[in-house]
Formats: sequence, structure tokens, C-alpha cells
Amino acid sequence: MTSVTAIRMAEPVEVADIIVKAVDISKRYGDGTQALSDVTIEFRRGELTTLLGPSGCGKTTLLKIIAGLLPASGGEVRVDNRTVYGPGPERAFVFQDFALMPWASVLRNVAFGLELRGTPKAEREDIARRYIKSVGLAGAEHKFPSELSGGMRQRAGLARALTVNADVLLMDEPFSAIDEQMRRKLQEDLLELLREEQKSVIFVTHSIEEAVYLSDQVVLLTRNPGRVVKSIRPGFDRGAGPEAVRRDQRYLDAVDDIWSQLKQYLS
Amino acid sequence: MSSRLPVFLSLLAWALFWELSTRIAGSTMFPPLSAIIITIGDVVQLKSFQTALVVTARAFAIGLGLALVVGILVGALMGRFDTADRILNVWVNIFISAPLTAVVPALMPLLGIGETTVVATVFLFAVWVIIIDTREGIRGVSPSLVEMARSNGATRWQMFRKILLPSAMPEVMTGVRLGVVRGVKGVIIGQIIIALVGFGALFETYLQTFQMTRFWALVLVVFSLGFVLVEIVGLLERRLTLHAKSR
Repeated sequence: MTSVTAIRMAEPVEVADIIVKAVDISKRYGDGTQALSDVTIEFRRGELTTLLGPSGCGKTTLLKIIAGLLPASGGEVRVDNRTVYGPGPERAFVFQDFALMPWASVLRNVAFGLELRGTPKAEREDIARRYIKSVGLAGAEHKFPSELSGGMRQRAGLARALTVNADVLLMDEPFSAIDEQMRRKLQEDLLELLREEQKSVIFVTHSIEEAVYLSDQVVLLTRNPGRVVKSIRPGFDRGAGPEAVRRDQRYLDAVDDIWSQLKQYLS
Repeated sequence: MSSRLPVFLSLLAWALFWELSTRIAGSTMFPPLSAIIITIGDVVQLKSFQTALVVTARAFAIGLGLALVVGILVGALMGRFDTADRILNVWVNIFISAPLTAVVPALMPLLGIGETTVVATVFLFAVWVIIIDTREGIRGVSPSLVEMARSNGATRWQMFRKILLPSAMPEVMTGVRLGVVRGVKGVIIGQIIIALVGFGALFETYLQTFQMTRFWALVLVVFSLGFVLVEIVGLLERRLTLHAKSR
């Protein structure tokens, strides 16, 4: 750990720190809608960055372009300084609607990324069990998605993304289909989990509070066409625990700041 | 159990009606049901029946097997790719409603007066409904499941085998069940039109020699075989789509 940090600090910060870079991304759909226009964002290694904006700002489109699931009309996506042209094993996606196979058990769902990669059954199920445990789903291995609550389903979705050992987690409004109390619990558990797993996360949300609470960096997008308005680093100390964070003046200031920014684009 | 009572009563009423009316009328074309049922026991022991059964089962199995493979692949292609859909949809819609019985005689010069024509008839009867239902099923697959597999680097085959097919299973199995129903019709119609193969040859012989009791016995046996087959497929359908309702 220490030695890696030391090496990174010796290199120019801009290069070494950036794990994903979206460069001049634009997206125009067949019907002429301009979803994104010249979006450039740098995502730092080991950080959680949220893409925040009103619906229609193209934040999910941008995330899917970064994932390689959608082609961009212009610009490029670089991961570890290499341009990528499609999905890759270094990026894992977490879906808003969980994307669990209803005909498969939690265990098979979680191990599915490894199943597609051809990992032998015993090995992938071992790995899957480990992550099922670490997302708090132990005991639900043999349940089917229909037997789980929304929160538990997204825990399974997260576990599946973790099993493939990707450096980058791409999360598309992962908690928006989950009720408020459970959403808070999931947010806290996600931060807890990210302290152990060294991941870089790109997180799409439309909730200002969620963005500020979770993020090292919040990127504000606006619509018609989708472009970057501002990038904010809330910069408060998370060590004090979730309750303290939600009362932290810098947390509250960041929420206000973002709201006053976004307000002017809503009409 | 009580829900089956009306079915039994209905069948019983029909059987009584047949038995009494034929006894009163005394027609040679329509023997009493009891005589027919007794004859079933004789007919199924005939060497000619057993040969016909094997020939028919063979033609049906080959024709349906081809219809399954082609139907599911073409349906999946149409469900997944708009270009394929635009090219093929018009043909599928023409053939699904076409009176295919009329086409069978035209097949004979091409495929010969034998098993190949019967196989082709089964295929032509069964394939269209399998295509249409598979297409519907594939169109209904959750886009995020497809994206999930893509983001995990699924190959085309893995996508088909592990995501598209299981997702579309309820619709595919409906297509298969209806395909079996149509295939059963196809095999018998094909054989009757050719009149030299399998049950078709038997029906023809019994009719021309006025063995009406045997004729009706054979009709009942063929009806029952078709019914049992469709029931088995229905059972399979329910098993395979157990988790589909939670979509």
C-alpha cells in the first residue's frame, strides 16, 4: 500500500491519478436528439465520482458510453490511458433494475460474470459466496430474485459486479428503485464496502443528497444538450461516521451549492 | 378433482349419445362406440398398425425436430435484428395463415411419394407458429439483462443460450406446444394425402374396404395419441417456465 502510494506521488499527478477519462464525448441519436455535447471528465483512481443532473441530461447515456454498451458519436473513453471500444473486464456495471436472471438462484446470478468468462463452477461459486457474504446476503444463496426485497436484489447486483474483480464500478442509479430507509442503509454499506475493496466508482444519481454523501467528486450535468456545468469536491471527513457526515457543515453547504447551481437549469 | 367432473360428464354424455344413436340408426358408416372400443384392442396389435405407428412417429419426430431448430433460430434472429425481421416477417405472416394442406400435393413431385414429403408437411405445419412465438419472446427480453451479459463479455452464443433463450422460454414453449399440435395435424394430413404411408395408408385401406369399426378405432387411437402428446408438452412447458412469472 505505502510503496504504491509513494510511486504514484513520484509521477505527475494528472497522469497517474486518472483511471477513466471521457474525452469530448458527444452523443446524437438517430432522431437528431443531441444527448451529450463535448463532455470531458476525469475520474480519479480509488475515488467515487457521481454524475448528477436532472432527467434528460444524458448521465445514464454517458455511463453506458463509458461502459462500452453504447457507441459515442464523437470523442473517446480512456481507461488507464488506453482508448476502449467496447465493454471490458476492467469495468463492471450495476443496473438500476438490478438485471438479475429470474430463473437463476442468487448464487448463480452473482457468479454469472465468472460463468461467462469460463471460470470452473466450484471456483466461481467460492468467489461468489465470499461476495454474497460481504454485501450482507449470506444465507440467501439459494433464493431466487423474486424471493428478495429490492434492497437485497441490488446487493446481489453489487456482489455480481464485485466477483469479476474489475477496477471500475459503473453504477446506474443503483438505489433509485429502493425505498428511502433501505437506500440510506445501502449507501452506508456501499461506503463501508469500498473501504475494503479498492475500487474506482462512477455513480449516476438524480439525488443531490446521495451524490454529496457518497462522492469524492460530484460532476453536475445539465440538459439540452447534456454537458458538464461544474465539478465539485465536497471534501469533508467521512471518518466520523454517517450520522456525523449528514450534519457536517461542509456536507450541507455542498448540497446547497449544488441545488443553487441546478435550480437555474430547471424551468 | 371436482374441476374434472364436468369434463368426464361431458365425455360420458357424448359416448352415450354415440352408443344409443348408432344402435338405433344401425348405420354401417358409424358403428356403436362399444364395438369401436373393443376393436381398438385388436387394431393396436396388428403388425400393420405397429409399423404405421413407427413410421408416423419417425416422420413426426424428424419434421418437428427440424421445425424446432429452424423455428427457434429464425424467431430469435427476427426478434433480435430489425433487418431480419423486416425481410422475413411478411413471409412468416403469409405462411402462418396459409392453407398448407393445398401445398402438400405440390411437394410430392419434388420430394417423392414417401417419408420426405410427410416430414416436410410436419415441418411446414409446425415451424411458423414456433417462429412467431419465439420472436415475441426474444423481443420481450429485458434490455438490461442483455446489457448485463454484454458488459460481462458474453459471446453471441452465450447471449443466446444463457440470456435470450431462458428469458423467452415461456413464449418459446407456447410456440412449441402449438407447433406440436399443428405437427400432429401435419403428419396425418400428409400421410392421408399421399395415402401410401403410415396411418394414411391404413385409413385408406379401412375406408375402401368398408372396415368402418377399424377405421373409427384408428381415429380414436390417433386422437388419443395426439392428445397425450400435447398434454406431455404442456407439462414440460409448466416445468420449464416455473420462474417466468416473476419477470
